Amino acid sequence: MAATLDINGKPVTVQAAPETPLLWVLRDELGLTGTKYGCGIAQCGACTVHANGAAIRSCQAPIGSLAGVKITTIEGLAGTHPLQAAWVKLDVPQCGYCQSGQIMSAAALLAKTPKPADGDIDAAMSGNICRCGAYQRIRAAIKDAAGVVAA
Amino acid sequence: MNAPVKHITAALTTRRQMMVISAAAAGGALLVGCSPADMLAMGADNKHFGPFGPFLRIDADGVVSVVNKHIEFGQGSHAGLAAIVAEELGADWDKIKVVQSAANAKVYANLDQGVQGTGGSSAIHNSWDQLRKVGAATRAMFVSAAAARWKVAADEISVTNGVVAHPSGRSASFADLVADAAKVAPPASPKLKDPKAYTLIGTDRVKRKDSLAKATGTARFTQDVRLPHMLTAMVAHSPRFGGKVKSFDSDAAKKIPGVTDVFEIPTGVAVVAQNTYAARQGRDALKVEWDDAHAEMRSSDAILATYKGLASGKTATTDKLKWQAFDSHGVGVAPGDGKVVEVSYDFPFLAHAPMEPMNCVAETGAGRTKLTSGSQIPTLDQLNTGMIVGVLPGSVEVETLFAGGSFGRRANFKSDYVTECVHIAKHVGGGRPVKLVWTREDDMTGGYYRPMVHHAVKVTLGADGYPAHWHHRVVSQSLMKGSPMGKKGVDETAVEGVLGSPYLRATPVVDAQVILPDSPIPVLWWRSVGATHSAFVMEHTIDQLAHAAGKDPVDYRRTLYTKTGATRRLATLDLAVAKAGINPTAGYTRGVAVHECFGSVVAQIAEVKMEGSVPRVGRVVTAIDCGTAVSPDQIAAQMEGGTCFGLSAALYGQITLKDGVVEEKNFDAYRVLRMSEAPHVETFIVPSTAHPSGVGEPGTPVIGPAVANAILAITGRPTTSLPFVKG
Repeated sequence: MAATLDINGKPVTVQAAPETPLLWVLRDELGLTGTKYGCGIAQCGACTVHANGAAIRSCQAPIGSLAGVKITTIEGLAGTHPLQAAWVKLDVPQCGYCQSGQIMSAAALLAKTPKPADGDIDAAMSGNICRCGAYQRIRAAIKDAAGVVAA
Repeated sequence: MNAPVKHITAALTTRRQMMVISAAAAGGALLVGCSPADMLAMGADNKHFGPFGPFLRIDADGVVSVVNKHIEFGQGSHAGLAAIVAEELGADWDKIKVVQSAANAKVYANLDQGVQGTGGSSAIHNSWDQLRKVGAATRAMFVSAAAARWKVAADEISVTNGVVAHPSGRSASFADLVADAAKVAPPASPKLKDPKAYTLIGTDRVKRKDSLAKATGTARFTQDVRLPHMLTAMVAHSPRFGGKVKSFDSDAAKKIPGVTDVFEIPTGVAVVAQNTYAARQGRDALKVEWDDAHAEMRSSDAILATYKGLASGKTATTDKLKWQAFDSHGVGVAPGDGKVVEVSYDFPFLAHAPMEPMNCVAETGAGRTKLTSGSQIPTLDQLNTGMIVGVLPGSVEVETLFAGGSFGRRANFKSDYVTECVHIAKHVGGGRPVKLVWTREDDMTGGYYRPMVHHAVKVTLGADGYPAHWHHRVVSQSLMKGSPMGKKGVDETAVEGVLGSPYLRATPVVDAQVILPDSPIPVLWWRSVGATHSAFVMEHTIDQLAHAAGKDPVDYRRTLYTKTGATRRLATLDLAVAKAGINPTAGYTRGVAVHECFGSVVAQIAEVKMEGSVPRVGRVVTAIDCGTAVSPDQIAAQMEGGTCFGLSAALYGQITLKDGVVEEKNFDAYRVLRMSEAPHVETFIVPSTAHPSGVGEPGTPVIGPAVANAILAITGRPTTSLPFVKG
């Protein structure tokens, strides 16, 4: 079954059933492997992408529901997002597996709330698990990218 | 110091004998008299290294690449090991690259362990002398080349930031000199830098080399491997540990579009498909009947009741299940009539739950066997794979990728998920690559947990308020027993941290024993191993003793450390106390804990407040003595992350079984620490010029008891069962 999706500003046609989760289409069909599988039930956030600018969990997003929706993945940030520079500056990643999802959640936050307070960060980021426990640096890097002085 | 490390080497002895037998039977190869490393390396390429040896490449354009024999799975080995070479070589740190080594036990063995592997927080500890010599020898080769070209004395030449220079003004880059330097014989005993002259080691210039790749989604993990003609497999496992396949019906699974094959392997039923989603659907459609004749059928409550019964003496021991003394001195002397503190502690099974669930890519056939994997102990993966395929272990290629965490899970004697993938790839055959994908549910219910542990402690204080008589019982499954390399005697991994404690050394009468019951539930080391429970028991008990004696917990520890000459503990505690300042943050209460493991001492002061029955952790002041600090910012990162990992388990972590079936199957039930609950960790490093010691694990076990001690100060009640928050 063919479906057309809008991924990182480009229309792409994929052969997959409508109930197929976006995650597996991105990774297995399109080779966009920056988006990670972590839990499959929208509990860990490793698969976070943007749908029309909002952070969603691609493991729970069937492609049949995404016609006409602009999808952005970590590859779509093209390495030029201020968050990515802050991530490097503060050496946020450890194992790094969750970081695409962390950055996508943080990017959606900053797009809506350019100067987030700690409570905003807690609310936006608590759906993203980091088992290495890099939370302190993730928070600092979000503030660094936003130009917010760390509390 | 490093129980697992010693055991890995011991383990291989038995395993090696098996391998000798199987290889000899298969090919008649004469292996008698080989060293372990020689034998494991058989079939490997030991010759094709460049002029600077197996740890360093310098290309014609002058680009310096350090070859890392250890995996990078978050702990920062890429940065730390490269910094050691760069410092001695005088390379430009910003331009240096790190590449992952091949598997080759002869060349790339962990010098603490005798096999190639990463574990026991040993990467920098075992590589320190080795890599300093690599850097210094190569530097000497460049200096010789420049001295010959410029006709000047070698000792007048400097090498800094990749520039070889002479006071006369002559200078050259590595690119200019590399061809000449490659012809110089490397000195056997190169002169190492005076640590006072370090410009990189010990500074915040040591940055990670992988942050950009990991911030852009381009870092390559096993999950991301895509190869021509690759198939993806999932396996249906028994819901109960020790269960076997009785029968299965694959009709529905085979009808799923994309499913190519369904077959039985030793660990279950494999479903092979064109892609991950098809494999998942195929496995969901599979019907398997399981044989539970040898399976663990108990619930975790029942197992714990057995442990408590053993510790209290209500459950009888048997010939096979006996108490073993691991520390006893002065036994027979009466306890006296001082105050008694009697307390027991229950610790649940814990899953490692790294963010990347277990996976592996294997290909075998046409004279070649290759694994592509986040391989933590490549030598064991080679050995276990070689035995399945019937080839010499050294001939098994291993491409080690970044791993999305491990926390001990990937350091498995049986190479469990790796061999599962090899069995599937062997069945598929023809050298066709197969990626085995475990779902989160597979990962979480797949065993290899931190064991359930019960401690029972009874301490009688002397007239001075310090322990006079210490009775200690530990009940735990053994990490070593039941593995192919089990050995007689005490399993130190079960008691380390109690064994060796200065508190026991300071106590005149000690009777400490352990009992190691069996179960089909597979257990494994979990970040900081024995310290995951022993640090909690010893540090929380000490606070209860201090309270009983009416003494300040910090002063109480200081007295015991002074009495036993535990000077590193004393200095580390003192640093944490000084940095914490006098007053806690308003509304918070402090708890302190100190523990030594993997050669390092960590002291933490945690500020805690109660929100209902849930402890909330704010500021955590951390001091660490890890010898020479190679990468201070990465040490801080490990303290931050290790604290979160330990706090996550202490607050929420537990794997429970109901009638033998694991109840927590995903992150909805196996709760872990999230952003809003993360503490703010401040890290301070005790200045030292000693040999570097571990950093990856020692930050994990201290936060639990520090929080428990704060709760004790707030509520007056000890914590006798983890996690703090249940259900």
